[in-house]
Amino acid sequence: MKLFEIAHSRTGDKGNTSTISLIPYKKEDFDLLKKYVTADKVSEWFKPLGPIKVTRYEFFKLPALNFVIENALRGGVTYSLNIDRHGKSFSSALLEMNIPDK
Amino acid sequence: MNKIRIGSGAGYADDRIEPAIDLINRGNLDYIAFECLAERTIAIAQNQKLKDPNKGYNDLLEYRFKKILPAIKQHPTKVITNMGAANPKAATRKVVEMAQEMNLHNLKIATVIGDDITDSISKFSRYTAMETKKPISELNKKIVSANVYLGAEKIVEALDNGADIVITGRVADPSLFIAPLIHEFKWSMNDYDKLGKGTLLGHLLECAGQVSGGYFDDPGYKDVDKLWDLGFPYADVEEDGNIIMHKLPNTGGLLSEDTVKEQLIYEIQDPTKYYTPDVVADFSNVQVKQIKDGINVIGATGTSKTGELKVSIGYEDGYITECGINYGGHNSLDKAKLATEIVIKRLKMLKIPIDAIQDDYIGVNSLYHGVLSPNSPLYEVRARLAARTQTKEAANEISREYKSLYTNGPAAGGGIRTIIQKIVAIASITIPESNVKTTIEYKEVN
Repeated sequence: MKLFEIAHSRTGDKGNTSTISLIPYKKEDFDLLKKYVTADKVSEWFKPLGPIKVTRYEFFKLPALNFVIENALRGGVTYSLNIDRHGKSFSSALLEMNIPDK
Repeated sequence: MNKIRIGSGAGYADDRIEPAIDLINRGNLDYIAFECLAERTIAIAQNQKLKDPNKGYNDLLEYRFKKILPAIKQHPTKVITNMGAANPKAATRKVVEMAQEMNLHNLKIATVIGDDITDSISKFSRYTAMETKKPISELNKKIVSANVYLGAEKIVEALDNGADIVITGRVADPSLFIAPLIHEFKWSMNDYDKLGKGTLLGHLLECAGQVSGGYFDDPGYKDVDKLWDLGFPYADVEEDGNIIMHKLPNTGGLLSEDTVKEQLIYEIQDPTKYYTPDVVADFSNVQVKQIKDGINVIGATGTSKTGELKVSIGYEDGYITECGINYGGHNSLDKAKLATEIVIKRLKMLKIPIDAIQDDYIGVNSLYHGVLSPNSPLYEVRARLAARTQTKEAANEISREYKSLYTNGPAAGGGIRTIIQKIVAIASITIPESNVKTTIEYKEVN
Protein backbone atom coordinates (compact mmCIF):
# COMPACT_ATOMS: atom_id res chain seq x y z
CA MET A 1 0.00 0.00 0.00
CA LYS A 2 1.26 3.48 -0.86
CA LEU A 3 1.03 6.19 1.77
CA PHE A 4 -1.07 8.41 -0.52
CA GLU A 5 -3.90 5.89 -0.19
CA ILE A 6 -4.36 6.69 3.52
CA ALA A 7 -2.62 9.99 4.21
CA HIS A 8 -1.90 13.48 2.93
CA SER A 9 1.04 15.80 3.41
CA ARG A 10 2.46 19.32 2.98
CA THR A 11 6.09 20.43 2.97
CA GLY A 12 7.52 23.53 4.62
CA ASP A 13 11.09 24.83 4.86
CA LYS A 14 13.27 26.76 7.28
CA GLY A 15 16.74 27.48 5.99
CA ASN A 16 18.31 24.19 4.93
CA THR A 17 15.70 22.13 6.80
CA SER A 18 12.62 20.57 5.23
CA THR A 19 9.52 19.81 7.31
CA ILE A 20 7.06 17.26 5.95
CA SER A 21 3.72 16.48 7.60
CA LEU A 22 1.95 13.13 7.34
CA ILE A 23 -1.75 13.27 8.16
CA PRO A 24 -4.06 10.23 8.00
CA TYR A 25 -7.41 10.81 6.25
CA LYS A 26 -8.93 8.56 8.93
CA LYS A 27 -7.82 8.76 12.56
CA GLU A 28 -7.82 4.96 12.87
CA ASP A 29 -4.93 4.75 10.40
CA PHE A 30 -2.64 6.81 12.61
CA ASP A 31 -1.24 3.77 14.45
CA LEU A 32 -0.28 2.25 11.11
CA LEU A 33 1.63 5.39 10.17
CA LYS A 34 3.31 5.49 13.57
CA LYS A 35 4.35 1.88 13.28
CA TYR A 36 5.71 1.88 9.74
CA VAL A 37 6.76 5.42 8.93
CA THR A 38 9.60 5.76 11.40
CA ALA A 39 12.35 8.38 11.30
CA ASP A 40 14.75 5.64 10.17
CA LYS A 41 12.46 4.61 7.34
CA VAL A 42 12.09 8.22 6.15
CA SER A 43 15.83 8.74 6.45
CA GLU A 44 16.40 5.70 4.23
CA TRP A 45 13.73 6.86 1.72
CA PHE A 46 15.29 10.29 1.27
CA LYS A 47 18.89 9.03 1.39
CA PRO A 48 19.63 10.16 -2.21
CA LEU A 49 19.35 13.77 -0.96
CA GLY A 50 22.69 13.36 0.85
CA PRO A 51 23.74 13.43 4.52
CA ILE A 52 20.35 14.25 6.03
CA LYS A 53 19.17 13.95 9.62
CA VAL A 54 15.53 13.03 10.24
CA THR A 55 13.57 13.67 13.45
CA ARG A 56 9.94 12.61 13.84
CA TYR A 57 7.50 14.62 15.95
CA GLU A 58 3.94 13.86 16.88
CA PHE A 59 0.77 15.93 16.97
CA PHE A 60 -1.02 13.77 19.49
CA LYS A 61 -4.61 14.79 18.95
CA LEU A 62 -4.90 15.78 15.29
CA PRO A 63 -3.39 13.14 15.00
CA ALA A 64 -0.44 13.55 12.65
CA LEU A 65 3.31 13.08 12.26
CA ASN A 66 5.85 15.73 11.35
CA PHE A 67 9.23 14.86 9.83
CA VAL A 68 11.99 17.42 10.20
CA ILE A 69 14.78 16.74 7.72
CA GLU A 70 17.97 18.70 8.25
CA ASN A 71 20.38 19.32 5.34
CA ALA A 72 17.71 18.39 2.81
CA LEU A 73 17.79 21.45 0.55
CA ARG A 74 21.40 21.88 -0.60
CA GLY A 75 21.56 25.28 1.10
CA GLY A 76 17.92 26.34 1.28
CA VAL A 77 15.81 28.82 -0.62
CA THR A 78 18.34 31.64 -0.82
CA TYR A 79 21.29 29.54 -1.89
CA SER A 80 20.34 26.16 -3.35
CA LEU A 81 21.01 25.20 -6.97
CA ASN A 82 17.91 22.97 -6.95
CA ILE A 83 15.03 23.77 -9.28
CA ASP A 84 12.68 23.43 -6.27
CA ARG A 85 14.69 25.47 -3.78
CA HIS A 86 12.05 25.17 -1.04
CA GLY A 87 11.66 21.42 -1.49
CA LYS A 88 7.91 22.08 -1.87
CA SER A 89 7.53 18.84 -3.85
CA PHE A 90 8.98 16.55 -1.15
CA SER A 91 5.53 15.77 0.25
CA SER A 92 4.68 13.96 -2.99
CA ALA A 93 7.83 11.84 -2.69
CA LEU A 94 7.01 10.82 0.89
CA LEU A 95 3.48 9.79 -0.14
CA GLU A 96 4.93 7.36 -2.70
CA MET A 97 6.47 5.29 0.11
CA ASN A 98 5.16 1.73 0.48
CA ILE A 99 3.94 0.29 3.75
CA PRO A 100 2.45 -3.21 4.40
CA ASP A 101 -1.27 -3.53 3.56
CA LYS A 102 -3.81 -3.26 6.35
CA MET B 1 -15.82 42.99 23.37
CA ASN B 2 -15.86 39.24 23.93
CA LYS B 3 -15.37 38.09 20.35
CA ILE B 4 -13.38 39.59 17.52
CA ARG B 5 -13.17 38.75 13.86
CA ILE B 6 -9.84 38.80 12.04
CA GLY B 7 -9.28 38.19 8.35
CA SER B 8 -6.19 37.29 6.39
CA GLY B 9 -5.57 39.53 3.38
CA ALA B 10 -2.32 38.17 1.99
CA GLY B 11 -0.06 35.18 2.57
CA TYR B 12 3.02 36.38 0.71
CA ALA B 13 4.50 39.37 -1.10
CA ASP B 14 2.72 38.88 -4.45
CA ASP B 15 -0.57 37.41 -3.25
CA ARG B 16 -3.96 38.13 -4.87
CA ILE B 17 -5.91 41.19 -3.67
CA GLU B 18 -9.55 40.46 -4.69
CA PRO B 19 -10.15 37.84 -1.96
CA ALA B 20 -8.95 40.37 0.66
CA ILE B 21 -11.31 43.08 -0.60
CA ASP B 22 -14.14 40.54 -0.70
CA LEU B 23 -13.43 39.76 2.97
CA ILE B 24 -13.51 43.46 3.93
CA ASN B 25 -16.72 44.02 1.97
CA ARG B 26 -18.67 40.96 3.04
CA GLY B 27 -16.92 39.53 6.10
CA ASN B 28 -17.98 42.04 8.75
CA LEU B 29 -14.38 41.98 9.98
CA ASP B 30 -12.90 43.92 12.87
CA TYR B 31 -9.33 43.49 11.61
CA ILE B 32 -7.49 42.32 8.53
CA ALA B 33 -3.77 41.54 8.43
CA PHE B 34 -1.62 41.36 5.30
CA GLU B 35 1.53 39.25 5.66
CA CYS B 36 3.79 40.15 2.77
CA LEU B 37 7.42 39.40 3.70
CA ALA B 38 9.40 36.27 2.92
CA GLU B 39 12.81 35.64 4.44
CA ARG B 40 14.86 37.49 1.87
CA THR B 41 12.24 39.93 0.52
CA ILE B 42 13.46 42.59 2.90
CA ALA B 43 17.07 42.30 1.76
CA ILE B 44 15.98 42.91 -1.81
CA ALA B 45 13.80 45.83 -0.68
CA GLN B 46 16.79 47.29 1.18
CA ASN B 47 18.63 47.56 -2.14
CA GLN B 48 15.68 49.46 -3.62
CA LYS B 49 15.77 51.85 -0.64
CA LEU B 50 19.48 52.52 -1.18
CA LYS B 51 18.73 53.54 -4.76
CA ASP B 52 15.67 55.63 -3.81
CA PRO B 53 14.93 56.72 -0.20
CA ASN B 54 11.20 56.78 -1.04
CA LYS B 55 11.17 53.09 -2.03
CA GLY B 56 11.92 49.80 -0.31
CA TYR B 57 8.39 48.92 0.73
CA ASN B 58 6.30 46.10 -0.75
CA ASP B 59 6.05 46.42 -4.55
CA LEU B 60 2.29 45.94 -4.40
CA LEU B 61 1.61 48.44 -1.60
CA GLU B 62 0.05 51.04 -3.90
CA TYR B 63 -1.84 48.41 -5.91
CA ARG B 64 -3.25 46.97 -2.68
CA PHE B 65 -4.05 50.19 -0.81
CA LYS B 66 -5.79 51.63 -3.87
CA LYS B 67 -8.41 48.95 -3.24
CA ILE B 68 -8.09 48.62 0.55
CA LEU B 69 -8.66 52.30 1.41
CA PRO B 70 -12.08 52.73 -0.25
CA ALA B 71 -13.16 49.32 1.11
CA ILE B 72 -12.31 50.11 4.75
CA LYS B 73 -14.07 53.47 4.39
CA GLN B 74 -17.26 51.63 3.45
CA HIS B 75 -16.75 48.79 5.92
CA PRO B 76 -14.62 50.01 8.83
CA THR B 77 -11.87 47.45 9.37
CA LYS B 78 -8.50 47.99 10.98
CA VAL B 79 -5.50 47.03 8.85
CA ILE B 80 -2.21 45.58 10.07
CA THR B 81 0.57 44.85 7.60
CA ASN B 82 4.30 44.31 7.24
CA MET B 83 4.18 45.83 3.74
CA GLY B 84 6.58 48.48 5.06
CA ALA B 85 9.36 45.94 4.36
CA ALA B 86 12.71 47.81 4.39
CA ASN B 87 11.12 51.26 4.52
CA PRO B 88 7.95 51.45 6.65
CA LYS B 89 8.17 55.26 6.95
CA ALA B 90 8.09 55.68 3.17
CA ALA B 91 5.22 53.17 3.00
CA THR B 92 3.21 55.26 5.44
CA ARG B 93 3.98 58.48 3.53
CA LYS B 94 2.64 56.81 0.39
CA VAL B 95 -0.54 55.55 2.12
CA VAL B 96 -1.18 58.99 3.65
CA GLU B 97 -0.75 60.60 0.22
CA MET B 98 -3.18 58.11 -1.33
CA ALA B 99 -5.76 58.64 1.45
CA GLN B 100 -5.59 62.40 0.95
CA GLU B 101 -6.03 62.04 -2.81
CA MET B 102 -9.13 59.92 -2.15
CA ASN B 103 -10.48 62.58 0.20
CA LEU B 104 -10.62 60.18 3.13
CA HIS B 105 -10.87 61.60 6.65
CA ASN B 106 -10.30 60.55 10.27
CA LEU B 107 -7.63 58.01 9.51
CA LYS B 108 -4.79 57.40 11.94
CA ILE B 109 -1.82 55.53 10.53
CA ALA B 110 0.92 54.15 12.77
CA THR B 111 4.40 53.14 11.67
CA VAL B 112 6.38 50.68 13.79
CA ILE B 113 10.09 51.48 13.60
CA GLY B 114 13.09 49.69 14.99
CA ASP B 115 13.40 46.33 13.24
CA ASP B 116 16.09 47.64 10.89
CA ILE B 117 19.49 47.33 12.58
CA THR B 118 21.56 47.33 9.39
CA ASP B 119 23.53 50.38 10.56
CA SER B 120 24.51 48.82 13.87
CA ILE B 121 25.07 45.21 12.77
CA SER B 122 28.83 45.56 13.34
CA LYS B 123 28.08 45.56 17.09
CA PHE B 124 27.04 41.94 16.71
CA SER B 125 29.89 40.80 14.46
CA ARG B 126 31.02 38.16 16.95
CA TYR B 127 27.60 36.50 17.10
CA THR B 128 27.43 33.06 15.49
CA ALA B 129 25.28 32.57 12.39
CA MET B 130 22.93 29.60 12.70
CA GLU B 131 23.47 28.63 9.06
CA THR B 132 27.29 28.66 8.91
CA LYS B 133 27.98 28.08 12.65
CA LYS B 134 30.64 30.79 12.35
CA PRO B 135 30.76 34.42 13.51
CA ILE B 136 29.06 36.78 11.08
CA SER B 137 32.32 38.76 10.83
CA GLU B 138 33.67 35.75 8.91
CA LEU B 139 31.02 35.98 6.19
CA ASN B 140 33.37 38.34 4.31
CA LYS B 141 30.50 39.44 2.14
CA LYS B 142 28.60 42.64 1.58
CA ILE B 143 25.84 42.81 4.19
CA VAL B 144 22.82 44.55 2.69
CA SER B 145 20.28 44.25 5.50
CA ALA B 146 19.81 43.19 9.10
CA ASN B 147 16.30 43.06 10.49
CA VAL B 148 15.05 41.95 13.87
CA TYR B 149 11.86 39.91 14.04
CA LEU B 150 9.79 42.13 16.33
CA GLY B 151 6.89 40.86 18.41
CA ALA B 152 3.36 42.16 18.88
CA GLU B 153 4.11 44.77 21.55
CA LYS B 154 4.39 47.92 19.41
CA ILE B 155 1.44 46.97 17.21
CA VAL B 156 -0.64 46.57 20.39
CA GLU B 157 0.51 50.00 21.58
CA ALA B 158 -0.44 51.55 18.22
CA LEU B 159 -3.91 49.98 18.42
CA ASP B 160 -4.25 51.13 22.06
CA ASN B 161 -3.56 54.64 20.77
CA GLY B 162 -6.34 54.43 18.20
CA ALA B 163 -4.46 53.55 15.00
CA ASP B 164 -6.66 52.47 12.07
CA ILE B 165 -3.77 51.21 9.99
CA VAL B 166 -0.50 49.83 11.37
CA ILE B 167 2.45 49.50 8.99
CA THR B 168 5.56 47.60 10.03
CA GLY B 169 8.78 46.23 8.64
CA ARG B 170 9.96 42.87 9.91
CA VAL B 171 7.62 41.44 12.51
CA ALA B 172 7.18 37.74 13.29
CA ASP B 173 4.25 36.67 11.11
CA PRO B 174 1.94 35.43 13.93
CA SER B 175 2.52 38.67 15.86
CA LEU B 176 0.60 40.60 13.18
CA PHE B 177 -2.48 38.58 14.11
CA ILE B 178 -2.03 38.23 17.86
CA ALA B 179 -1.71 42.01 18.38
CA PRO B 180 -5.44 42.79 17.95
CA LEU B 181 -6.30 39.98 20.40
CA ILE B 182 -3.97 41.40 23.06
CA HIS B 183 -5.36 44.89 22.42
CA GLU B 184 -9.06 43.97 22.45
CA PHE B 185 -9.05 41.39 25.23
CA LYS B 186 -6.47 43.21 27.36
CA TRP B 187 -4.43 40.04 27.55
CA SER B 188 -1.29 40.43 29.63
CA MET B 189 2.02 40.06 27.75
CA ASN B 190 2.87 37.51 30.47
CA ASP B 191 -0.24 35.39 29.95
CA TYR B 192 1.71 32.87 27.91
CA ASP B 193 -1.11 30.36 27.73
CA LYS B 194 -3.31 32.92 25.93
CA LEU B 195 -0.40 34.09 23.80
CA GLY B 196 0.12 30.46 22.75
CA LYS B 197 -3.50 30.32 21.58
CA GLY B 198 -3.19 33.65 19.77
CA THR B 199 0.01 32.46 18.09
CA LEU B 200 -1.88 29.43 16.81
CA LEU B 201 -4.42 31.79 15.24
CA GLY B 202 -1.60 33.78 13.63
CA HIS B 203 0.09 30.66 12.34
CA LEU B 204 -3.16 29.42 10.78
CA LEU B 205 -3.94 32.75 9.09
CA GLU B 206 -0.49 33.98 8.07
CA CYS B 207 -0.46 32.13 4.74
CA ALA B 208 -3.97 33.30 3.80
CA GLY B 209 -5.46 30.94 1.18
CA GLN B 210 -3.14 28.12 2.17
CA VAL B 211 -5.55 27.21 5.00
CA SER B 212 -8.75 27.59 2.97
CA GLY B 213 -8.03 25.18 0.14
CA GLY B 214 -4.99 26.70 -1.55
CA TYR B 215 -2.03 24.36 -2.06
CA PHE B 216 -4.25 21.41 -1.10
CA ASP B 217 -5.91 20.03 -4.24
CA ASP B 218 -4.70 16.60 -5.36
CA PRO B 219 -7.22 15.67 -8.04
CA GLY B 220 -9.11 12.49 -7.22
CA TYR B 221 -7.69 12.30 -3.68
CA LYS B 222 -8.54 15.63 -2.11
CA ASP B 223 -10.48 17.90 -4.41
CA VAL B 224 -11.01 21.63 -3.95
CA ASP B 225 -13.71 23.76 -5.56
CA LYS B 226 -12.88 26.69 -7.89
CA LEU B 227 -9.31 27.54 -6.93
CA TRP B 228 -9.43 30.46 -9.39
CA ASP B 229 -11.88 32.10 -6.96
CA LEU B 230 -10.22 30.97 -3.72
CA GLY B 231 -11.74 32.62 -0.66
CA PHE B 232 -9.30 33.83 2.00
CA PRO B 233 -9.86 32.77 5.62
CA TYR B 234 -11.06 34.67 8.64
CA ALA B 235 -11.58 33.65 12.24
CA ASP B 236 -13.78 34.49 15.18
CA VAL B 237 -11.71 34.50 18.34
CA GLU B 238 -13.14 34.56 21.84
CA GLU B 239 -11.62 36.11 24.91
CA ASP B 240 -10.40 32.72 26.19
CA GLY B 241 -8.58 32.08 22.91
CA ASN B 242 -11.17 29.78 21.34
CA ILE B 243 -10.82 29.93 17.54
CA ILE B 244 -13.43 29.27 14.87
CA MET B 245 -12.10 29.43 11.31
CA HIS B 246 -14.32 30.51 8.43
CA LYS B 247 -14.41 31.24 4.73
CA LEU B 248 -17.00 33.45 3.01
CA PRO B 249 -19.98 31.77 1.33
CA ASN B 250 -19.91 31.72 -2.48
CA THR B 251 -16.13 31.62 -2.74
CA GLY B 252 -13.99 28.82 -4.11
CA GLY B 253 -11.63 26.78 -2.00
CA LEU B 254 -12.24 24.47 0.92
CA LEU B 255 -12.06 24.91 4.65
CA SER B 256 -12.07 21.52 6.36
CA GLU B 257 -10.41 19.72 9.25
CA ASP B 258 -7.83 18.44 6.77
CA THR B 259 -6.96 21.84 5.26
CA VAL B 260 -6.52 23.27 8.76
CA LYS B 261 -4.33 20.34 9.83
CA GLU B 262 -2.02 20.78 6.82
CA GLN B 263 -1.53 24.47 7.54
CA LEU B 264 -1.17 23.87 11.28
CA ILE B 265 1.87 21.64 10.74
CA TYR B 266 3.31 23.73 7.87
CA GLU B 267 6.85 24.95 8.64
CA ILE B 268 6.66 23.70 12.23
CA GLN B 269 9.60 21.77 13.60
CA ASP B 270 9.15 20.58 17.22
CA PRO B 271 5.42 21.20 17.85
CA THR B 272 6.04 21.65 21.58
CA LYS B 273 8.37 24.59 20.91
CA TYR B 274 7.21 27.13 18.36
CA TYR B 275 9.36 30.18 19.04
CA THR B 276 8.07 33.70 18.47
CA PRO B 277 9.21 37.00 20.03
CA ASP B 278 6.05 36.89 22.21
CA VAL B 279 5.92 33.32 23.50
CA VAL B 280 7.09 29.74 23.07
CA ALA B 281 3.89 28.13 21.82
CA ASP B 282 3.01 24.44 22.14
CA PHE B 283 0.81 23.07 19.34
CA SER B 284 1.31 19.37 20.15
CA ASN B 285 -2.14 18.91 21.70
CA VAL B 286 -4.17 21.04 19.32
CA GLN B 287 -7.53 19.62 18.23
CA VAL B 288 -9.42 20.51 15.07
CA LYS B 289 -13.14 19.94 14.82
CA GLN B 290 -15.76 20.67 12.16
CA ILE B 291 -18.72 22.43 13.77
CA LYS B 292 -21.87 23.85 12.26
CA ASP B 293 -20.46 27.08 10.89
CA GLY B 294 -16.72 26.55 10.69
CA ILE B 295 -13.68 24.74 12.04
CA ASN B 296 -13.09 24.95 15.76
CA VAL B 297 -9.42 24.88 16.80
CA ILE B 298 -8.48 24.45 20.46
CA GLY B 299 -5.70 23.19 22.66
CA ALA B 300 -2.67 25.42 22.05
CA THR B 301 -0.70 26.46 25.12
CA GLY B 302 2.42 28.48 25.73
CA THR B 303 5.34 29.15 28.02
CA SER B 304 7.59 32.14 28.65
CA LYS B 305 9.31 33.77 25.68
CA THR B 306 13.08 33.38 25.47
CA GLY B 307 13.89 37.11 25.63
CA GLU B 308 16.03 36.66 22.51
CA LEU B 309 15.05 38.02 19.12
CA LYS B 310 16.00 36.50 15.80
CA VAL B 311 17.85 38.73 13.34
CA SER B 312 17.86 37.99 9.65
CA ILE B 313 21.00 39.27 7.92
CA GLY B 314 20.93 39.52 4.15
CA TYR B 315 24.25 39.45 2.31
CA GLU B 316 25.31 39.35 -1.29
CA ASP B 317 26.95 36.11 -2.24
CA GLY B 318 27.51 36.04 -5.98
CA TYR B 319 25.18 34.78 -8.69
CA ILE B 320 23.15 31.74 -9.66
CA THR B 321 22.93 30.95 -13.36
CA GLU B 322 20.29 28.50 -14.52
CA CYS B 323 20.13 27.10 -18.06
CA GLY B 324 18.00 24.51 -19.80
CA ILE B 325 17.47 22.76 -23.15
CA ASN B 326 14.93 20.17 -24.30
CA TYR B 327 15.47 16.96 -26.27
CA GLY B 328 12.86 14.58 -27.66
CA GLY B 329 12.55 11.02 -28.90
CA HIS B 330 13.74 7.70 -27.49
CA ASN B 331 17.35 8.91 -27.11
CA SER B 332 16.42 12.19 -25.40
CA LEU B 333 18.08 11.48 -22.05
CA ASP B 334 21.41 10.53 -23.64
CA LYS B 335 21.36 13.70 -25.73
CA ALA B 336 20.53 15.80 -22.68
CA LYS B 337 23.42 14.26 -20.71
CA LEU B 338 25.78 14.85 -23.62
CA ALA B 339 24.70 18.52 -23.77
CA THR B 340 25.57 18.91 -20.08
CA GLU B 341 28.93 17.20 -20.55
CA ILE B 342 29.80 19.53 -23.43
CA VAL B 343 29.03 22.68 -21.44
CA ILE B 344 30.87 21.51 -18.32
CA LYS B 345 33.96 20.59 -20.38
CA ARG B 346 33.85 23.97 -22.13
CA LEU B 347 33.66 25.82 -18.83
CA LYS B 348 36.71 23.90 -17.61
CA MET B 349 38.62 24.63 -20.82
CA LEU B 350 37.83 28.32 -20.46
CA LYS B 351 38.80 28.20 -16.74
CA ILE B 352 35.61 29.92 -15.65
CA PRO B 353 35.67 30.32 -11.83
CA ILE B 354 32.66 28.41 -10.49
CA ASP B 355 31.85 27.73 -6.81
CA ALA B 356 29.35 24.93 -7.41
CA ILE B 357 27.57 23.37 -10.37
CA GLN B 358 24.66 20.94 -10.55
CA ASP B 359 23.04 19.13 -13.48
CA ASP B 360 19.49 17.78 -13.44
CA TYR B 361 17.18 16.16 -15.98
CA ILE B 362 13.64 17.43 -15.71
CA GLY B 363 11.27 14.48 -15.87
CA VAL B 364 13.98 12.24 -14.40
CA ASN B 365 15.63 13.53 -11.23
CA SER B 366 15.33 17.31 -10.86
CA LEU B 367 13.03 17.25 -7.83
CA TYR B 368 14.22 14.24 -5.87
CA HIS B 369 17.78 13.47 -7.05
CA GLY B 370 16.84 9.81 -7.29
CA VAL B 371 14.37 9.35 -4.40
CA LEU B 372 11.79 8.56 -7.11
CA SER B 373 12.84 7.52 -10.63
CA PRO B 374 10.83 7.08 -13.85
CA ASN B 375 10.16 3.44 -14.75
CA SER B 376 8.96 3.93 -18.32
CA PRO B 377 10.82 5.35 -21.36
CA LEU B 378 10.75 9.13 -21.66
CA TYR B 379 10.00 10.84 -24.95
CA GLU B 380 11.06 14.29 -23.87
CA VAL B 381 13.57 15.48 -21.30
CA ARG B 382 14.88 18.88 -20.28
CA ALA B 383 18.52 19.13 -19.27
CA ARG B 384 19.13 21.72 -16.59
CA LEU B 385 22.42 23.17 -15.42
CA ALA B 386 22.68 25.47 -12.40
CA ALA B 387 25.87 27.08 -11.13
CA ARG B 388 26.97 29.45 -8.42
CA THR B 389 29.69 31.99 -9.21
CA GLN B 390 31.13 34.97 -7.39
CA THR B 391 31.17 37.23 -10.45
CA LYS B 392 28.63 38.36 -13.00
CA GLU B 393 31.26 37.83 -15.74
CA ALA B 394 31.52 34.14 -14.90
CA ALA B 395 27.72 33.89 -14.85
CA ASN B 396 27.57 35.47 -18.32
CA GLU B 397 30.17 33.00 -19.62
CA ILE B 398 28.07 30.05 -18.44
CA SER B 399 24.99 31.49 -20.09
CA ARG B 400 26.84 32.07 -23.37
CA GLU B 401 28.33 28.60 -23.41
CA TYR B 402 24.92 27.08 -22.84
CA LYS B 403 23.35 29.01 -25.71
CA SER B 404 26.10 27.81 -28.03
CA LEU B 405 24.57 24.32 -27.74
CA TYR B 406 22.26 25.33 -30.61
CA THR B 407 24.99 25.10 -33.20
CA ASN B 408 27.69 23.23 -31.26
CA GLY B 409 25.76 20.64 -29.26
CA PRO B 410 23.89 17.35 -29.84
CA ALA B 411 21.22 17.02 -32.54
CA ALA B 412 17.72 18.47 -32.28
CA GLY B 413 17.85 20.34 -28.99
CA GLY B 414 15.45 23.23 -28.50
CA GLY B 415 14.01 25.67 -26.03
CA ILE B 416 17.19 27.05 -24.47
CA ARG B 417 16.54 29.57 -21.71
CA THR B 418 19.10 31.00 -19.33
CA ILE B 419 18.54 33.13 -16.22
CA ILE B 420 21.11 34.89 -14.03
CA GLN B 421 20.09 35.93 -10.51
CA LYS B 422 22.01 37.79 -7.86
CA ILE B 423 22.14 35.77 -4.64
CA VAL B 424 21.00 37.45 -1.45
CA ALA B 425 21.80 34.82 1.15
CA ILE B 426 20.56 34.90 4.73
CA ALA B 427 22.47 34.44 7.97
CA SER B 428 20.51 34.38 11.23
CA ILE B 429 21.57 35.26 14.76
CA THR B 430 19.65 35.89 17.97
CA ILE B 431 20.26 38.93 20.15
CA PRO B 432 18.85 39.95 23.56
CA GLU B 433 15.66 41.96 23.11
CA SER B 434 17.10 44.67 25.37
CA ASN B 435 19.37 45.60 22.44
CA VAL B 436 16.44 46.57 20.27
CA LYS B 437 14.82 50.00 20.51
CA THR B 438 11.43 50.36 18.90
CA THR B 439 9.24 53.42 18.38
CA ILE B 440 5.96 54.36 16.74
CA GLU B 441 5.22 57.32 14.50
CA TYR B 442 1.66 58.48 13.93
CA LYS B 443 0.24 60.31 10.93
CA GLU B 444 -3.32 61.55 10.77
CA VAL B 445 -5.42 62.19 7.69
CA ASN B 446 -8.01 64.70 8.86
